[in-house]
Amino acid sequence: MTTDELAKKLGGQIICDGGRETAGAYAGDFLSRVMGKAPPGCAWLTVMANVNVAGVAALADIGAVVLCEDVTPDAPLVQKCAENGIALIRTPLSVYGACKLL
Amino acid sequence: MGESIKLFYNVDGHDFVSCGQASEDVKRTLKNIGFPPEVIRRVAIAMYEGEVNMVIHAAGGVAEVEITEDAVRVALKDSGKGIADIEQAMAEGFSTAGEDIRELGFGAGMGLPNMKKYSDEMKIESTVGVGTNVYLTFYI
Ligand SMILES: Nc1ncnc2c1ncn2[C@@H]1O[C@H](COP(=O)(O)OP(=O)(O)O)[C@@H](O)[C@H]1O
Ligand SMILES: [Mg+2]
Repeated sequence: MTTDELAKKLGGQIICDGGRETAGAYAGDFLSRVMGKAPPGCAWLTVMANVNVAGVAALADIGAVVLCEDVTPDAPLVQKCAENGIALIRTPLSVYGACKLL
Repeated sequence: MGESIKLFYNVDGHDFVSCGQASEDVKRTLKNIGFPPEVIRRVAIAMYEGEVNMVIHAAGGVAEVEITEDAVRVALKDSGKGIADIEQAMAEGFSTAGEDIRELGFGAGMGLPNMKKYSDEMKIESTVGVGTNVYLTFYI
């Protein structure tokens, strides 16, 4: 899925576009669980919005971070996603609500 | 690639925010050399878990990395409080991290299990009050 398609599906706003397509999704907030279970290239749905989210996404080859419940990303998170070609999308939906639509 | 490449990092024990820099640098290096993405991902995740552990549980340490034609060897060494019961620490979900750390998304108790899962060989040496060394080996 392109970043546009993903954002449209989730009624979300694109904060930055990594320019990559994603396949599959994983939902969770504990960083180690994400690194253990999220498949490479997936979209990651979370309510965590600190810079470590981008660090983990970059190391684990995650294609897009979807911030649910309209959480506001820290500025360093936005910057690091942009630097690493990771899409960042923000949606008012809950994680469950977003999962249902994917 | 004839000779091996050796990398050394100081991991700052006070910096929760930018921790992961050593793993990110190793990931970049392996990518430039042309290692398979699957191997790079395993190294990056396992090493990051080790870096995070040194920051949140041991006030920092050092990371030594050796890259050869067919393997990556990572040693994470700290002079922190040590691990009393390694078997218990290795159990999925076991964590002594406090609430402040868990709020940042760390402390799921899955770090050591992830290091085991993503490496081909893992060895832990730890002495309470002296420190912890973790050795990880990854084969192509
Ligand atoms: N380098 C270390 N120094 C001291 N204790 C450690 C170290 N690494 C791990 N531990 C101990 O092992 C436990 C489990 O580690 P881990 O599986 O990474 O989970 P987490 O870091 O989420 O707590 C930690 O909570 C901590 O008590
Ligand atoms: Mg850990």
